[in-house]
Amino acid sequence: MSEAPVSEATVQKPIPVTVLTGYLGAGKTTLLNRILSENHGRKYAVIVNEFGEIGIDNDLIVESDEEIYEMNNGCVCCTVRGDLIRVVEGLMKRPGRFDAIIVETTGLADPVPVAQTFFMDDDVRAKTELDAVITLVDAKHLPLRLKDSREAEDQIAFADVVLLNKTDLVTPEELAKVEATIRVINPSARIHRTQRSEIDLAKVLDQGAFNLERALENEPDFLKQDDHDHDHDHACGPDCGHDHHHHHGHDHHHDHAHGHDHAHAPSDIHDVTVQSVSLRGGEMNPDRFFPWIQKITQTDGPNILRLKGIIAFAGDADRYVVQGVHMIIEGDHQRPWKEGEPRESRLVFIGRDLDREKLERTFQACAAKPN
Amino acid sequence: MPTVAPLDLEAHVVGVAYLGDVPVFADAAGFVHRLDGSHAVTPAHDGLLVALRDDATDTLLTGGEDGRVLRITRDGDVTELANEPRKWISKIAAGPQGAVAFTTGKMATVRLSDGTTRTFTEERTVEGIAFAPKGLRIALARYNGVSLHWVATSSPAIDLDWKGAHTGVTFSPDGRFVVTMMQENALHGWKLDTKPGAEARHMRMSGYPAKVKSWSWSARGKWLASSGAPAAIVWPFQAKDGPMGKAPLELGTRADVMVSHVACHPSEEVAAIGYSDGMVLAVRFADSKEVLLRRPGKGAISGFAWSKSGQQLAFGTEAGEAGVIDLTS
Repeated sequence: MSEAPVSEATVQKPIPVTVLTGYLGAGKTTLLNRILSENHGRKYAVIVNEFGEIGIDNDLIVESDEEIYEMNNGCVCCTVRGDLIRVVEGLMKRPGRFDAIIVETTGLADPVPVAQTFFMDDDVRAKTELDAVITLVDAKHLPLRLKDSREAEDQIAFADVVLLNKTDLVTPEELAKVEATIRVINPSARIHRTQRSEIDLAKVLDQGAFNLERALENEPDFLKQDDHDHDHDHACGPDCGHDHHHHHGHDHHHDHAHGHDHAHAPSDIHDVTVQSVSLRGGEMNPDRFFPWIQKITQTDGPNILRLKGIIAFAGDADRYVVQGVHMIIEGDHQRPWKEGEPRESRLVFIGRDLDREKLERTFQACAAKPN
Repeated sequence: MPTVAPLDLEAHVVGVAYLGDVPVFADAAGFVHRLDGSHAVTPAHDGLLVALRDDATDTLLTGGEDGRVLRITRDGDVTELANEPRKWISKIAAGPQGAVAFTTGKMATVRLSDGTTRTFTEERTVEGIAFAPKGLRIALARYNGVSLHWVATSSPAIDLDWKGAHTGVTFSPDGRFVVTMMQENALHGWKLDTKPGAEARHMRMSGYPAKVKSWSWSARGKWLASSGAPAAIVWPFQAKDGPMGKAPLELGTRADVMVSHVACHPSEEVAAIGYSDGMVLAVRFADSKEVLLRRPGKGAISGFAWSKSGQQLAFGTEAGEAGVIDLTS
């Protein structure tokens, strides 16, 4: 008996979902009001924690308590947002009313369960697609936020697009420093400087940024941005006078900095606990690479906020893209390698307490041996 | 093959019921359609999220994005039972003597037929609600378990704990078991009629490839049929310990199409099984014999209702297809 897979008629294009994060006062509501009031011809369903100051009546706004569920699979970092699952299910019963969904999180929200919901819940995954995580950062208050909040850092680490907002409230030097801090936390996000959340919405909405394949199509140099930020010491900026050389290696540098940096005035960058590790190599052996990435994400998953990469497998005509959140990883063939394109593998880990040396060594051990 | 009288609607069919011998279909746009000789339409909600039959009064209960809970008769008369502005009402339960319960966030409200209400607040969102078959008692499904409350008294709730998110709850018709749907691909059950003072016993019903979204007790509660697999998974509950240590029946197995909705026949040990491609089978428990009731259509089956006689089956799909299947023809 041969059956059609799933009825073709029910297969709809997934609805893109934009997640807006950012600390209280960073400008989320202002941006949201801009999105809802600008004449872009698109209709949005908005999921908010509180109706608050959103002043638009004729859009579909749903209030929802942020509710985090641990999945019952023994993995503490496998969390999803139960309220999003419910609201998305309800919204998708009348899909014709809107073109996209925006999820506004509270200032203290952990972005991980939000993102993981779009990977881990089959129903949400079947009907929607995470378009991008947009994080608003208050240029003036970010240094303070980083001192007292892990969430502020996680929100940046998780972002595909960072709006560095309220740039009018800081000096050019302060701004450069804040931007360097953001780069340390997240080397691959696109950063836009804004005032009063004013931005061309085309740079925020419909980004396809979380879909690594599309992100790579749009921006071929996506992961190459890492190169100039590779060295953490460098990102401290020229005004940082403290001695970089008394640590064992540069990888744990920022974790250690609290104790001795009080003598330096603009030293807030040392409150960063998230780091990134960028790996580069040649062609990989899939029989080594897949067990390795599985193992790394199983053992180090709680420390890995995100990972993204392009892998060149020996004997494979197509580029392989891989991305992950904590222990969840996804990968797929993207497109054929182009003529003359260097067959190079690149992988970026963003997380905490990452063992750079181990990652580098074990990644290189996956290399395809020369014939 | 039995004849199908189709009714094409504009929106996702959320619920199907028989009121007397009138089939009614509630769609997500907020309209309730009645096939009483001709097609009659009652505008009910701005966005309808849930619709079910209240057996005690032979009416339809609906809840919507407009925060209203309505009772709709077979003649299309509408009574507003509750109005909670800006809340979504997506879970409703029908109780004895016209009692109705619904949830808003962390709160469950029970409304008795005289209009008096009582509320119960949980620490987490109430995701499922069910009345016990006897006595005025409700079960509230929430994160990490179920709370059992007596509606009329102030005695403390009994907590049935099981780690994880519970998204729906049902009592067996004899009241001996409580079963929940979970966010993970499983059902969980508790046997309530243990010795006084002893804890309720757990039943894990797992192994589903997908979340269970639909379930149905067979006549006299001997079986619980469920979706969540490419077959209807039917658990035996006739023994003292329910399905503990027993394998379920797998009925209407298809290679790669998931069951999306199930409804047991009102008197026979037969289930209507609806699939994600819109196909409908009737399958007998005793010998797994299958009868094709509807060929695949445009959308997943999202609602079923058997007529009282069990000779007609009304159905609806996510694509707005609906109709009545006549099994006597």
